[in-house]
Amino acid sequence: MTDPIRRYPLRTRILHWLVAILIFSMLFIGFVMVSWLGSYSALVGIHMTLGVVILCIVVLRVANRFTHRAPKLPDTVGWVEHKLVVGSELTLYALMLAQPLIGWAMVSATGRGPVIFGSLRLPRIAPFDADLFFVLRQTHSVVAYALVAVIAAHVSAVLLHTLTLRDGMLSRMAFSRHS
Amino acid sequence: MNRRSVLLGIGAVTAFLAVDLGAVAYANKWIGPNNTLTRETFLNAFRSVFGLHPGFRKNHAKGVVVTGHFDSNGNGSELSRAAVFRPGRSSVTGRFSLNGGDPNVVDTPAAARGLGLAFAFPDGTQWRSAMLNLPVFPDNSAQGFYDRLLAQKIVSETGKPDPAAMPAFLAAHPESAAAMAVIKQHPPTRGFADSTFNSLITFFLVNDAGVRTPVRWSFVAQQQALEQRSGGRNILFDALIRQMRNGPLQWRLILTVGAPGDSTTDATLPWPSDRRTVDAGVLTLTGIETEDPGNARDINFDPLVLPDGIQPSDDPLLNARSTVYAASYRARTGEPKSPPAVQVDKVTP
Repeated sequence: MTDPIRRYPLRTRILHWLVAILIFSMLFIGFVMVSWLGSYSALVGIHMTLGVVILCIVVLRVANRFTHRAPKLPDTVGWVEHKLVVGSELTLYALMLAQPLIGWAMVSATGRGPVIFGSLRLPRIAPFDADLFFVLRQTHSVVAYALVAVIAAHVSAVLLHTLTLRDGMLSRMAFSRHS
Repeated sequence: MNRRSVLLGIGAVTAFLAVDLGAVAYANKWIGPNNTLTRETFLNAFRSVFGLHPGFRKNHAKGVVVTGHFDSNGNGSELSRAAVFRPGRSSVTGRFSLNGGDPNVVDTPAAARGLGLAFAFPDGTQWRSAMLNLPVFPDNSAQGFYDRLLAQKIVSETGKPDPAAMPAFLAAHPESAAAMAVIKQHPPTRGFADSTFNSLITFFLVNDAGVRTPVRWSFVAQQQALEQRSGGRNILFDALIRQMRNGPLQWRLILTVGAPGDSTTDATLPWPSDRRTVDAGVLTLTGIETEDPGNARDINFDPLVLPDGIQPSDDPLLNARSTVYAASYRARTGEPKSPPAVQVDKVTP
């Protein structure tokens, strides 16, 4: 059952699940590092490094998304839901691209470039400006919670389709040979 | 779709959301053990002890901005591969400050004096350091710092701290009692200009060969301080401003090398005075200005902004300071601003 119309190409599925794992980790690390006192600096280093890694992978993912059409949605998806599916995909891409750039710009506004992989110093992409920092810092949190909400809705919708409507929604993005 | 599949779907969604949102809530400390300190606990403690002072640092709130340069003589390269230790000049921007969260506090000789420095700001390989004129730090843990802060809280009925609070704190924190005894043996100098500023916390320098050396650093004053004029609320800052109008001030950077057995994780413990030192160069401060948007007012002197060649130790105060400074920075950058107490232009000649 490797019909390309029913399922995303392998490279797309790999990119999807890789980004899923990275973003779950990043959200968790991000919330922990601003709420717990210990290990702050190590977590900030990991957070900045993973953020840049995610940015690179998401750029690759966006480029890859233009190389193929999406597999057909199950018949259980009506036209209203179809619009929601397209909208949520676009929203997720926008949030995933914006969040690392906001983080990078936010650190830049404090007057330093992010340091990734322990010692690789990136250039600043925003001027040293405390007011700008605050706006970006608040936005970074808002986007984080927006990601939590959109991802929760995304996963819940796929679970309901797959388990309740039994329409094989998950199989479009899954690795199993069956279904 | 039947009853079983509906239940299965709803059950799976509920289970997923419970784990997913539960993890978010746990990571944010909305649920789970509530007995540990957070960065917000610290900000609230500063607010409760010193009052609300929007727009200012939550600690070391009163200060003045300085600029200058550091001339490295190259001696530090023996210990660290950091660019700042190679022979040559780095730009420096910094800030002198007084301990405490009240930006309008009256200068007193006993208040701990701070010097924050940012080397090669904003586009070089930066090194930031926030130092004090004390020989040791009074605490060796975030909890100790927090408990000592609250022990100083003024009780509104009496206008004084609870007389039982500090003895109770010292009984619970013998390391702080010992550190305060050391501090008492080193009375403060006359002013900012003749104060030596110490890292207190240990860092590791890493040289080209990869050798890690524990060090504590000091900026040792190279001049006497001008006599202060009595009267006024800013006698220490005013004297510094008048002295800098007459010419630059200098401090020598001395790296003290720890020996085996010297604590690298406890800043309350002094190192023996016979430790080897390396004279790494001279800091020259040439400019002094009022805190303003875009100058060192807006720099977070985070002690963990370090160049390659300087590494943090495992001293728990480092992470605690870094995270609380970040929270203070976030809070104050979003608050309305009011003019700082130290106005360089208004100091009479």
